[in-house]
Amino acid sequence: MTNIIEVKNVTFRYDKEQENLTLNNVSFHVKHGEWLSIIGHNGSGKSTMVRLIDGLLEAESGEIVILNQKLTEDNIWDIRQKIGMVFQNPDNQFVGSTVEDDVAFSLENKGVSHNEMKQRVEEALHLVGMSDFKTKEPARLSGGQKQRVAIAGAVAMRPEIIILDEATSMLDPKGRLELIKTIKDIRDQYGVTVISITHDLDEVALSDRVLVMKKGQIESTATPRELFARGRDLLTLGLDIPFTSSLVNALQLEGFKCQDAYYTEKELEDYLWESLSKM
Amino acid sequence: MDKLILGRYIPGDSIVHRLDPRSKLLAMFVFISIIFWANNLITNIILFSFTVIAILLSKVKLGFFIRGVRPMIGLILFTTFFQMFFIQGGTIIFEFGFLRITDYSLGQAVMIFIRFVLIIFFSTLLTLTTTPLSLSDAVESLLTPLKPFKVPVHEIGLMLSLSLRFVPTLMDDTTRIMNAQRARGVDFGEGNIIQKVKSVIPILIPLFASSLKRADALATAMESRGYQGGDGRTKYRLLHWGLKDSLLMLTLLGLTVALFLLKST
Repeated sequence: MTNIIEVKNVTFRYDKEQENLTLNNVSFHVKHGEWLSIIGHNGSGKSTMVRLIDGLLEAESGEIVILNQKLTEDNIWDIRQKIGMVFQNPDNQFVGSTVEDDVAFSLENKGVSHNEMKQRVEEALHLVGMSDFKTKEPARLSGGQKQRVAIAGAVAMRPEIIILDEATSMLDPKGRLELIKTIKDIRDQYGVTVISITHDLDEVALSDRVLVMKKGQIESTATPRELFARGRDLLTLGLDIPFTSSLVNALQLEGFKCQDAYYTEKELEDYLWESLSKM
Repeated sequence: MDKLILGRYIPGDSIVHRLDPRSKLLAMFVFISIIFWANNLITNIILFSFTVIAILLSKVKLGFFIRGVRPMIGLILFTTFFQMFFIQGGTIIFEFGFLRITDYSLGQAVMIFIRFVLIIFFSTLLTLTTTPLSLSDAVESLLTPLKPFKVPVHEIGLMLSLSLRFVPTLMDDTTRIMNAQRARGVDFGEGNIIQKVKSVIPILIPLFASSLKRADALATAMESRGYQGGDGRTKYRLLHWGLKDSLLMLTLLGLTVALFLLKST
Protein backbone atom coordinates (compact mmCIF):
# COMPACT_ATOMS: atom_id res chain seq x y z
CA MET A 1 0.00 0.00 0.00
CA THR A 2 1.21 3.47 -0.80
CA ASN A 3 1.33 6.33 1.61
CA ILE A 4 -1.50 8.81 1.26
CA ILE A 5 -0.11 11.22 3.82
CA GLU A 6 3.48 11.73 4.79
CA VAL A 7 4.44 14.06 7.57
CA LYS A 8 8.13 14.80 7.76
CA ASN A 9 9.86 16.55 10.66
CA VAL A 10 7.02 18.96 11.30
CA THR A 11 7.50 21.57 13.97
CA PHE A 12 4.84 24.01 15.05
CA ARG A 13 3.98 26.51 17.74
CA TYR A 14 1.02 28.82 18.00
CA ASP A 15 3.02 31.77 19.15
CA LYS A 16 6.60 32.68 18.33
CA GLU A 17 7.21 33.63 21.95
CA GLN A 18 5.92 30.31 23.19
CA GLU A 19 8.78 28.35 24.76
CA ASN A 20 7.65 24.77 24.32
CA LEU A 21 6.89 23.63 20.83
CA THR A 22 3.32 22.43 20.29
CA LEU A 23 4.66 19.91 17.81
CA ASN A 24 8.29 18.95 17.97
CA ASN A 25 9.82 17.27 14.94
CA VAL A 26 6.89 14.98 14.23
CA SER A 27 7.12 12.42 11.42
CA PHE A 28 4.66 9.73 10.47
CA HIS A 29 2.79 8.39 7.51
CA VAL A 30 -0.70 7.17 6.76
CA LYS A 31 -1.30 4.39 4.24
CA HIS A 32 -4.00 4.34 1.61
CA GLY A 33 -7.26 3.05 3.03
CA GLU A 34 -5.89 2.81 6.52
CA TRP A 35 -7.79 3.66 9.70
CA LEU A 36 -5.38 5.52 11.93
CA SER A 37 -6.23 6.55 15.46
CA ILE A 38 -4.32 9.29 17.17
CA ILE A 39 -4.47 9.22 20.93
CA GLY A 40 -2.80 11.16 23.68
CA HIS A 41 -3.48 13.49 26.57
CA ASN A 42 -5.09 16.89 26.20
CA GLY A 43 -2.47 19.28 24.92
CA SER A 44 -0.35 16.59 23.33
CA GLY A 45 -0.78 18.22 19.92
CA LYS A 46 -3.26 15.81 18.28
CA SER A 47 -5.72 18.43 17.05
CA THR A 48 -2.90 20.69 15.95
CA MET A 49 -1.50 17.85 13.88
CA VAL A 50 -4.69 17.23 11.90
CA ARG A 51 -5.27 20.95 11.43
CA LEU A 52 -1.84 21.14 9.86
CA ILE A 53 -2.75 18.31 7.51
CA ASP A 54 -5.90 20.15 6.40
CA GLY A 55 -3.90 23.33 5.94
CA LEU A 56 -5.84 25.22 8.59
CA LEU A 57 -2.53 25.95 10.30
CA GLU A 58 0.88 26.39 8.80
CA ALA A 59 3.93 24.50 10.01
CA GLU A 60 7.03 26.33 11.16
CA SER A 61 9.30 23.80 9.53
CA GLY A 62 9.06 20.38 7.94
CA GLU A 63 6.80 19.26 5.15
CA ILE A 64 3.51 17.49 4.66
CA VAL A 65 2.87 15.46 1.51
CA ILE A 66 -0.69 14.49 0.70
CA LEU A 67 -1.52 12.33 -2.34
CA ASN A 68 2.01 12.89 -3.65
CA GLN A 69 1.64 16.65 -3.46
CA LYS A 70 3.57 18.81 -1.08
CA LEU A 71 1.17 20.98 0.87
CA THR A 72 1.73 24.63 -0.04
CA GLU A 73 -0.24 27.88 -0.10
CA ASP A 74 -1.18 27.28 -3.74
CA ASN A 75 -2.67 23.82 -3.56
CA ILE A 76 -4.28 24.13 -0.14
CA TRP A 77 -7.82 24.44 -1.53
CA ASP A 78 -7.38 21.50 -3.90
CA ILE A 79 -6.07 19.30 -1.16
CA ARG A 80 -8.76 20.43 1.25
CA GLN A 81 -11.36 19.06 -1.14
CA LYS A 82 -9.79 15.64 -0.80
CA ILE A 83 -10.11 15.80 2.97
CA GLY A 84 -13.36 15.73 4.89
CA MET A 85 -13.10 17.04 8.44
CA VAL A 86 -15.53 16.43 11.26
CA PHE A 87 -14.97 18.46 14.40
CA GLN A 88 -15.81 17.95 18.03
CA ASN A 89 -18.75 20.22 18.70
CA PRO A 90 -21.75 19.30 16.56
CA ASP A 91 -23.37 22.70 17.07
CA ASN A 92 -20.46 24.84 15.98
CA GLN A 93 -19.84 23.20 12.63
CA PHE A 94 -23.41 23.21 11.40
CA VAL A 95 -23.38 25.92 8.73
CA GLY A 96 -26.67 25.39 6.93
CA SER A 97 -30.09 26.31 8.23
CA THR A 98 -31.42 22.82 7.55
CA VAL A 99 -29.87 19.38 7.24
CA GLU A 100 -29.83 19.35 3.44
CA ASP A 101 -28.41 22.87 3.26
CA ASP A 102 -25.61 21.88 5.55
CA VAL A 103 -24.68 18.82 3.52
CA ALA A 104 -24.78 20.91 0.35
CA PHE A 105 -22.52 23.62 1.78
CA SER A 106 -19.21 22.12 0.69
CA LEU A 107 -20.65 21.27 -2.73
CA GLU A 108 -21.82 24.85 -3.18
CA ASN A 109 -18.30 26.02 -2.37
CA LYS A 110 -16.95 23.67 -4.99
CA GLY A 111 -19.34 25.02 -7.62
CA VAL A 112 -21.10 21.71 -8.25
CA SER A 113 -24.13 22.00 -10.55
CA HIS A 114 -27.57 22.02 -8.98
CA ASN A 115 -28.73 18.64 -10.26
CA GLU A 116 -25.62 16.83 -9.20
CA MET A 117 -25.78 18.58 -5.85
CA LYS A 118 -29.33 17.31 -5.23
CA GLN A 119 -28.29 13.79 -6.08
CA ARG A 120 -25.13 13.81 -3.96
CA VAL A 121 -26.95 15.28 -0.96
CA GLU A 122 -29.61 12.53 -1.21
CA GLU A 123 -26.92 9.91 -1.44
CA ALA A 124 -24.85 11.21 1.45
CA LEU A 125 -27.88 11.55 3.72
CA HIS A 126 -29.01 8.06 2.83
CA LEU A 127 -25.58 6.73 3.69
CA VAL A 128 -25.67 8.13 7.21
CA GLY A 129 -29.34 7.25 7.63
CA MET A 130 -30.62 10.80 7.91
CA SER A 131 -32.80 10.99 4.80
CA ASP A 132 -35.97 11.46 6.81
CA PHE A 133 -34.52 14.49 8.54
CA LYS A 134 -33.65 16.34 5.34
CA THR A 135 -35.68 19.48 5.99
CA LYS A 136 -35.17 19.61 9.76
CA GLU A 137 -33.35 22.48 11.45
CA PRO A 138 -30.26 21.77 13.59
CA ALA A 139 -32.07 22.84 16.76
CA ARG A 140 -34.38 19.84 16.39
CA LEU A 141 -31.61 17.24 16.10
CA SER A 142 -29.74 15.36 18.78
CA GLY A 143 -25.97 15.65 19.08
CA GLY A 144 -25.41 12.30 17.40
CA GLN A 145 -27.70 13.21 14.53
CA LYS A 146 -25.89 16.49 14.01
CA GLN A 147 -22.58 14.65 13.87
CA ARG A 148 -24.01 12.27 11.30
CA VAL A 149 -25.04 15.26 9.22
CA ALA A 150 -21.50 16.58 9.54
CA ILE A 151 -20.21 13.25 8.25
CA ALA A 152 -22.71 13.37 5.40
CA GLY A 153 -21.36 16.83 4.56
CA ALA A 154 -17.86 15.43 4.44
CA VAL A 155 -18.86 12.36 2.45
CA ALA A 156 -20.78 14.41 -0.13
CA MET A 157 -17.45 15.95 -1.13
CA ARG A 158 -16.25 12.42 -2.04
CA PRO A 159 -13.03 12.85 -0.08
CA GLU A 160 -10.15 10.41 -0.06
CA ILE A 161 -9.42 11.11 3.56
CA ILE A 162 -11.82 11.65 6.44
CA ILE A 163 -10.44 13.25 9.58
CA LEU A 164 -12.42 12.97 12.79
CA ASP A 165 -11.23 15.47 15.38
CA GLU A 166 -12.74 13.98 18.53
CA ALA A 167 -16.00 13.76 16.63
CA THR A 168 -17.54 11.36 19.13
CA SER A 169 -16.40 13.02 22.33
CA MET A 170 -19.56 15.04 22.96
CA LEU A 171 -21.98 12.20 22.29
CA ASP A 172 -23.72 9.74 24.58
CA PRO A 173 -22.61 6.09 24.40
CA LYS A 174 -25.44 5.16 22.03
CA GLY A 175 -24.79 8.03 19.64
CA ARG A 176 -21.11 7.26 19.78
CA LEU A 177 -21.53 3.62 18.80
CA GLU A 178 -23.91 4.53 15.98
CA LEU A 179 -21.48 7.09 14.65
CA ILE A 180 -18.53 4.69 14.74
CA LYS A 181 -20.61 2.13 12.88
CA THR A 182 -21.55 4.71 10.25
CA ILE A 183 -17.90 5.60 9.73
CA LYS A 184 -16.96 1.95 9.48
CA ASP A 185 -19.66 1.40 6.83
CA ILE A 186 -18.45 4.38 4.83
CA ARG A 187 -14.90 3.16 4.96
CA ASP A 188 -15.87 -0.35 3.89
CA GLN A 189 -17.97 1.00 1.05
CA TYR A 190 -15.71 3.73 -0.31
CA GLY A 191 -12.29 2.65 0.90
CA VAL A 192 -11.51 6.09 2.30
CA THR A 193 -8.63 6.65 4.64
CA VAL A 194 -9.76 7.54 8.15
CA ILE A 195 -7.74 9.47 10.69
CA SER A 196 -9.47 9.78 14.01
CA ILE A 197 -8.43 11.59 17.12
CA THR A 198 -10.15 9.94 19.99
CA HIS A 199 -10.29 8.96 23.62
CA ASP A 200 -12.76 6.21 22.87
CA LEU A 201 -11.73 2.58 23.21
CA ASP A 202 -14.19 1.22 20.66
CA GLU A 203 -12.89 3.59 18.06
CA VAL A 204 -9.31 2.67 18.81
CA ALA A 205 -10.17 -1.03 18.64
CA LEU A 206 -11.56 -0.60 15.12
CA SER A 207 -8.48 1.11 13.78
CA ASP A 208 -5.58 -0.53 11.99
CA ARG A 209 -2.88 1.41 13.74
CA VAL A 210 -2.64 3.73 16.72
CA LEU A 211 -0.39 6.72 17.00
CA VAL A 212 0.36 7.77 20.55
CA MET A 213 1.30 11.41 21.05
CA LYS A 214 2.90 12.91 24.10
CA LYS A 215 4.01 16.50 24.62
CA GLY A 216 4.12 17.29 20.92
CA GLN A 217 6.00 14.20 19.93
CA ILE A 218 5.13 10.74 18.75
CA GLU A 219 5.59 8.42 21.66
CA SER A 220 4.93 5.23 19.79
CA THR A 221 2.91 3.59 17.05
CA ALA A 222 1.28 0.25 17.59
CA THR A 223 -1.62 -1.93 16.61
CA PRO A 224 -4.61 -1.61 18.94
CA ARG A 225 -3.78 -5.03 20.38
CA GLU A 226 -0.24 -4.06 21.24
CA LEU A 227 -1.51 -0.84 22.73
CA PHE A 228 -4.16 -2.48 24.89
CA ALA A 229 -1.53 -4.86 26.23
CA ARG A 230 0.05 -1.87 27.99
CA GLY A 231 -2.50 -2.27 30.76
CA ARG A 232 -2.61 0.48 33.37
CA ASP A 233 -0.32 2.60 31.24
CA LEU A 234 -3.34 3.38 29.04
CA LEU A 235 -4.75 5.71 31.69
CA THR A 236 -1.74 7.98 31.39
CA LEU A 237 -2.37 8.16 27.64
CA GLY A 238 -5.89 9.45 28.13
CA LEU A 239 -7.63 6.16 27.39
CA ASP A 240 -9.73 3.88 29.55
CA ILE A 241 -8.71 0.36 30.40
CA PRO A 242 -10.63 -2.17 28.29
CA PHE A 243 -13.24 -4.14 30.16
CA THR A 244 -11.47 -7.44 29.48
CA SER A 245 -8.21 -6.15 30.93
CA SER A 246 -10.00 -5.01 34.09
CA LEU A 247 -11.60 -8.43 34.34
CA VAL A 248 -8.26 -10.16 33.88
CA ASN A 249 -6.80 -7.93 36.59
CA ALA A 250 -9.61 -8.74 38.98
CA LEU A 251 -9.20 -12.46 38.29
CA GLN A 252 -5.46 -12.26 38.88
CA LEU A 253 -6.07 -10.58 42.22
CA GLU A 254 -8.34 -13.46 43.16
CA GLY A 255 -5.48 -15.84 42.42
CA PHE A 256 -6.70 -16.97 39.02
CA LYS A 257 -3.86 -17.57 36.63
CA CYS A 258 -4.19 -15.50 33.50
CA GLN A 259 -1.69 -14.29 30.98
CA ASP A 260 -0.95 -10.58 31.00
CA ALA A 261 -1.70 -10.23 27.32
CA TYR A 262 -4.74 -8.41 25.94
CA TYR A 263 -7.86 -10.43 25.14
CA THR A 264 -10.83 -9.43 23.08
CA GLU A 265 -14.16 -10.25 24.72
CA LYS A 266 -14.53 -13.31 22.53
CA GLU A 267 -11.01 -14.52 23.28
CA LEU A 268 -11.45 -14.04 27.00
CA GLU A 269 -14.77 -15.82 26.88
CA ASP A 270 -13.19 -18.79 25.09
CA TYR A 271 -10.27 -18.78 27.47
CA LEU A 272 -12.50 -18.79 30.53
CA TRP A 273 -14.65 -21.63 29.17
CA GLU A 274 -11.52 -23.58 28.43
CA SER A 275 -10.08 -23.02 31.89
CA LEU A 276 -13.37 -23.94 33.55
CA SER A 277 -13.68 -27.17 31.65
CA LYS A 278 -10.19 -28.13 32.75
CA MET A 279 -10.98 -27.62 36.43
CA MET B 1 -41.60 35.20 23.99
CA ASP B 2 -44.23 32.66 23.01
CA LYS B 3 -46.83 35.38 22.80
CA LEU B 4 -45.07 37.07 19.92
CA ILE B 5 -46.81 36.08 16.69
CA LEU B 6 -44.97 38.46 14.40
CA GLY B 7 -41.89 36.66 13.09
CA ARG B 8 -43.25 33.19 13.68
CA TYR B 9 -43.79 30.66 10.92
CA ILE B 10 -46.83 28.39 10.65
CA PRO B 11 -46.22 25.45 8.31
CA GLY B 12 -48.90 25.02 5.69
CA ASP B 13 -49.46 24.34 2.05
CA SER B 14 -51.72 27.13 0.83
CA ILE B 15 -51.20 29.19 -2.29
CA VAL B 16 -49.73 31.97 -0.14
CA HIS B 17 -47.24 29.52 1.37
CA ARG B 18 -46.14 28.41 -2.06
CA LEU B 19 -45.53 31.90 -3.42
CA ASP B 20 -41.95 32.86 -4.10
CA PRO B 21 -40.58 34.65 -1.00
CA ARG B 22 -39.28 37.44 -3.21
CA SER B 23 -42.72 38.27 -4.52
CA LYS B 24 -44.14 38.18 -1.02
CA LEU B 25 -41.44 40.47 0.32
CA LEU B 26 -41.88 42.90 -2.57
CA ALA B 27 -45.62 42.76 -2.11
CA MET B 28 -45.26 43.74 1.50
CA PHE B 29 -43.08 46.72 0.66
CA VAL B 30 -45.49 47.93 -2.01
CA PHE B 31 -48.49 47.36 0.23
CA ILE B 32 -47.00 49.28 3.13
CA SER B 33 -46.04 52.16 0.82
CA ILE B 34 -49.43 52.52 -0.80
CA ILE B 35 -51.36 52.10 2.41
CA PHE B 36 -50.66 55.78 3.13
CA TRP B 37 -52.60 56.79 0.04
CA ALA B 38 -55.78 55.31 1.40
CA ASN B 39 -57.51 58.37 2.80
CA ASN B 40 -61.18 57.87 2.06
CA LEU B 41 -63.83 55.24 2.48
CA ILE B 42 -63.52 53.55 -0.89
CA THR B 43 -59.73 53.18 -0.83
CA ASN B 44 -59.84 51.74 2.68
CA ILE B 45 -62.50 49.26 1.67
CA ILE B 46 -60.35 48.14 -1.27
CA LEU B 47 -57.28 47.66 0.90
CA PHE B 48 -59.25 45.93 3.59
CA SER B 49 -60.81 43.45 1.19
CA PHE B 50 -57.40 42.79 -0.40
CA THR B 51 -55.96 41.92 3.01
CA VAL B 52 -58.92 39.75 3.95
CA ILE B 53 -58.69 37.83 0.67
CA ALA B 54 -54.95 37.30 1.20
CA ILE B 55 -55.58 36.04 4.72
CA LEU B 56 -58.34 33.71 3.55
CA LEU B 57 -56.10 32.34 0.82
CA SER B 58 -53.35 31.61 3.33
CA LYS B 59 -55.75 29.37 5.31
CA VAL B 60 -54.15 30.58 8.53
CA LYS B 61 -56.65 30.97 11.37
CA LEU B 62 -57.79 34.54 11.89
CA GLY B 63 -56.98 34.19 15.58
CA PHE B 64 -53.27 34.36 14.83
CA PHE B 65 -53.62 37.79 13.28
CA ILE B 66 -55.71 39.10 16.13
CA ARG B 67 -53.09 37.80 18.54
CA GLY B 68 -50.42 39.46 16.39
CA VAL B 69 -52.05 42.80 16.93
CA ARG B 70 -52.57 42.32 20.64
CA PRO B 71 -49.07 43.27 21.89
CA MET B 72 -49.30 46.50 19.89
CA ILE B 73 -52.86 47.42 20.78
CA GLY B 74 -51.81 49.80 23.56
CA LEU B 75 -49.61 51.79 21.21
CA ILE B 76 -52.23 51.81 18.48
CA LEU B 77 -54.98 53.04 20.76
CA PHE B 78 -52.68 55.66 22.25
CA THR B 79 -51.91 57.21 18.85
CA THR B 80 -55.51 56.85 17.76
CA PHE B 81 -56.79 58.78 20.77
CA PHE B 82 -54.18 61.45 20.22
CA GLN B 83 -55.41 61.87 16.68
CA MET B 84 -58.98 61.98 17.85
CA PHE B 85 -58.57 64.63 20.52
CA PHE B 86 -55.93 66.90 19.09
CA ILE B 87 -56.72 67.32 15.41
CA GLN B 88 -58.46 70.58 14.77
CA GLY B 89 -61.04 71.34 12.12
CA GLY B 90 -64.38 69.98 11.07
CA THR B 91 -67.66 70.24 12.92
CA ILE B 92 -67.64 69.53 16.58
CA ILE B 93 -69.49 66.40 17.71
CA PHE B 94 -68.48 66.33 21.33
CA GLU B 95 -66.80 68.76 23.65
CA PHE B 96 -65.71 68.41 27.26
CA GLY B 97 -63.21 70.83 28.71
CA PHE B 98 -60.19 70.87 26.47
CA LEU B 99 -61.19 67.57 24.81
CA ARG B 100 -62.87 68.10 21.55
CA ILE B 101 -63.88 65.51 18.97
CA THR B 102 -64.81 66.65 15.51
CA ASP B 103 -66.10 64.58 12.60
CA TYR B 104 -62.78 65.22 10.82
CA SER B 105 -60.59 64.10 13.72
CA LEU B 106 -62.74 61.05 14.27
CA GLY B 107 -62.29 60.08 10.64
CA GLN B 108 -58.52 60.58 10.89
CA ALA B 109 -58.36 58.44 14.02
CA VAL B 110 -60.29 55.60 12.42
CA MET B 111 -57.97 55.80 9.41
CA ILE B 112 -54.84 55.60 11.55
CA PHE B 113 -56.31 52.64 13.37
CA ILE B 114 -57.05 50.82 10.13
CA ARG B 115 -53.59 51.56 8.76
CA PHE B 116 -51.90 50.12 11.82
CA VAL B 117 -54.02 47.02 11.82
CA LEU B 118 -53.56 46.42 8.10
CA ILE B 119 -49.78 46.83 8.28
CA ILE B 120 -49.56 44.41 11.17
CA PHE B 121 -51.93 41.94 9.51
CA PHE B 122 -49.96 42.03 6.32
CA SER B 123 -46.51 41.67 7.83
CA THR B 124 -47.79 38.92 10.11
CA LEU B 125 -49.13 37.18 7.02
CA LEU B 126 -45.70 37.37 5.43
CA THR B 127 -43.83 35.84 8.36
CA LEU B 128 -46.53 33.28 9.14
CA THR B 129 -46.36 31.85 5.63
CA THR B 130 -42.63 32.18 4.86
CA THR B 131 -39.77 30.36 6.56
CA PRO B 132 -37.05 32.65 7.92
CA LEU B 133 -34.66 30.78 5.66
CA SER B 134 -36.46 31.61 2.43
CA LEU B 135 -36.88 35.18 3.63
CA SER B 136 -33.11 35.51 3.91
CA ASP B 137 -32.79 33.95 0.45
CA ALA B 138 -35.25 36.52 -0.81
CA VAL B 139 -33.34 39.40 0.74
CA GLU B 140 -30.12 38.19 -0.84
CA SER B 141 -31.75 37.74 -4.22
CA LEU B 142 -33.49 41.11 -4.13
CA LEU B 143 -30.23 42.84 -3.22
CA THR B 144 -28.37 41.28 -6.17
CA PRO B 145 -28.90 44.33 -8.44
CA LEU B 146 -26.84 46.30 -5.91
CA LYS B 147 -23.78 44.10 -6.48
CA PRO B 148 -22.15 46.47 -9.02
CA PHE B 149 -22.35 49.19 -6.36
CA LYS B 150 -19.98 47.19 -4.14
CA VAL B 151 -22.71 46.03 -1.79
CA PRO B 152 -21.50 42.69 -0.33
CA VAL B 153 -24.70 40.89 -1.26
CA HIS B 154 -23.46 37.35 -0.73
CA GLU B 155 -21.97 38.23 2.65
CA ILE B 156 -25.19 39.87 3.79
CA GLY B 157 -27.12 36.78 2.76
CA LEU B 158 -24.68 34.44 4.49
CA MET B 159 -24.73 36.51 7.66
CA LEU B 160 -28.51 36.57 7.67
CA SER B 161 -28.84 32.83 7.27
CA LEU B 162 -26.10 32.11 9.82
CA SER B 163 -27.70 34.42 12.36
CA LEU B 164 -31.08 32.81 11.84
CA ARG B 165 -29.54 29.39 12.19
CA PHE B 166 -27.84 30.36 15.46
CA VAL B 167 -30.85 32.04 17.09
CA PRO B 168 -32.14 28.84 18.75
CA THR B 169 -28.60 27.78 19.70
CA LEU B 170 -27.91 31.11 21.41
CA MET B 171 -31.33 31.02 23.09
CA ASP B 172 -30.38 27.65 24.57
CA ASP B 173 -27.05 29.11 25.67
CA THR B 174 -28.81 32.00 27.35
CA THR B 175 -31.17 29.74 29.27
CA ARG B 176 -28.32 27.51 30.33
CA ILE B 177 -26.18 30.41 31.51
CA MET B 178 -29.13 31.98 33.33
CA ASN B 179 -29.88 28.74 35.16
CA ALA B 180 -26.22 28.23 35.99
CA GLN B 181 -26.01 31.74 37.43
CA ARG B 182 -29.29 31.27 39.31
CA ALA B 183 -27.84 28.13 40.85
CA ARG B 184 -25.03 30.33 42.16
CA GLY B 185 -27.47 32.78 43.66
CA VAL B 186 -27.84 35.49 41.01
CA ASP B 187 -31.32 36.98 41.23
CA PHE B 188 -32.75 38.10 37.89
CA GLY B 189 -35.55 40.62 37.68
CA GLU B 190 -35.34 41.64 41.34
CA GLY B 191 -34.64 45.01 42.86
CA ASN B 192 -34.51 48.45 41.27
CA ILE B 193 -33.47 49.30 37.76
CA ILE B 194 -29.74 49.51 38.53
CA GLN B 195 -29.72 46.15 40.25
CA LYS B 196 -31.63 44.65 37.36
CA VAL B 197 -29.15 45.96 34.82
CA LYS B 198 -26.26 44.73 36.96
CA SER B 199 -27.71 41.22 37.11
CA VAL B 200 -27.64 41.06 33.31
CA ILE B 201 -23.83 41.20 33.26
CA PRO B 202 -23.31 37.61 34.45
CA ILE B 203 -25.41 36.48 31.46
CA LEU B 204 -24.03 38.85 28.91
CA ILE B 205 -20.31 38.26 29.32
CA PRO B 206 -20.37 34.45 29.20
CA LEU B 207 -22.78 34.69 26.26
CA PHE B 208 -20.37 36.94 24.38
CA ALA B 209 -17.43 34.71 25.20
CA SER B 210 -19.22 31.58 24.04
CA SER B 211 -20.39 33.30 20.86
CA LEU B 212 -16.81 34.21 20.02
CA LYS B 213 -15.76 30.62 20.60
CA ARG B 214 -18.59 29.39 18.41
CA ALA B 215 -17.72 31.85 15.69
CA ASP B 216 -14.12 30.68 15.69
CA ALA B 217 -15.08 27.01 15.48
CA LEU B 218 -17.63 27.73 12.77
CA ALA B 219 -15.09 29.65 10.70
CA THR B 220 -12.62 26.77 10.95
CA ALA B 221 -15.30 24.29 9.94
CA MET B 222 -16.33 26.46 7.01
CA GLU B 223 -12.76 26.82 5.84
CA SER B 224 -12.13 23.10 6.09
CA ARG B 225 -15.18 22.58 3.91
CA GLY B 226 -13.74 24.76 1.19
CA TYR B 227 -15.53 28.05 1.76
CA GLN B 228 -13.63 30.79 -0.09
CA GLY B 229 -16.23 33.51 -0.30
CA GLY B 230 -19.09 34.14 -2.67
CA ASP B 231 -17.26 33.84 -5.99
CA GLY B 232 -17.65 30.65 -7.97
CA ARG B 233 -20.28 29.25 -5.67
CA THR B 234 -23.39 27.46 -6.84
CA LYS B 235 -26.64 27.47 -4.91
CA TYR B 236 -28.45 24.45 -3.53
CA ARG B 237 -31.59 26.38 -2.79
CA LEU B 238 -33.18 27.88 -5.88
CA LEU B 239 -36.05 30.32 -5.87
CA HIS B 240 -38.72 29.84 -8.49
CA TRP B 241 -40.63 32.80 -9.79
CA GLY B 242 -43.85 31.30 -11.10
CA LEU B 243 -47.00 32.49 -12.79
CA LYS B 244 -48.71 33.08 -9.45
CA ASP B 245 -45.92 35.43 -8.43
CA SER B 246 -46.33 37.47 -11.58
CA LEU B 247 -50.08 37.50 -10.98
CA LEU B 248 -49.54 38.80 -7.46
CA MET B 249 -47.32 41.56 -8.80
CA LEU B 250 -49.96 42.46 -11.40
CA THR B 251 -52.67 42.53 -8.75
CA LEU B 252 -50.54 44.87 -6.67
CA LEU B 253 -49.91 47.08 -9.66
CA GLY B 254 -53.66 47.23 -10.22
CA LEU B 255 -54.15 48.02 -6.54
CA THR B 256 -51.58 50.79 -6.70
CA VAL B 257 -53.19 52.38 -9.73
CA ALA B 258 -56.66 52.05 -8.25
CA LEU B 259 -55.55 53.64 -5.01
CA PHE B 260 -53.78 56.45 -6.78
CA LEU B 261 -56.87 57.28 -8.80
CA LEU B 262 -59.37 56.91 -5.99
CA LYS B 263 -57.54 58.67 -3.17
CA SER B 264 -58.89 62.06 -2.28
CA THR B 265 -56.44 64.89 -2.51
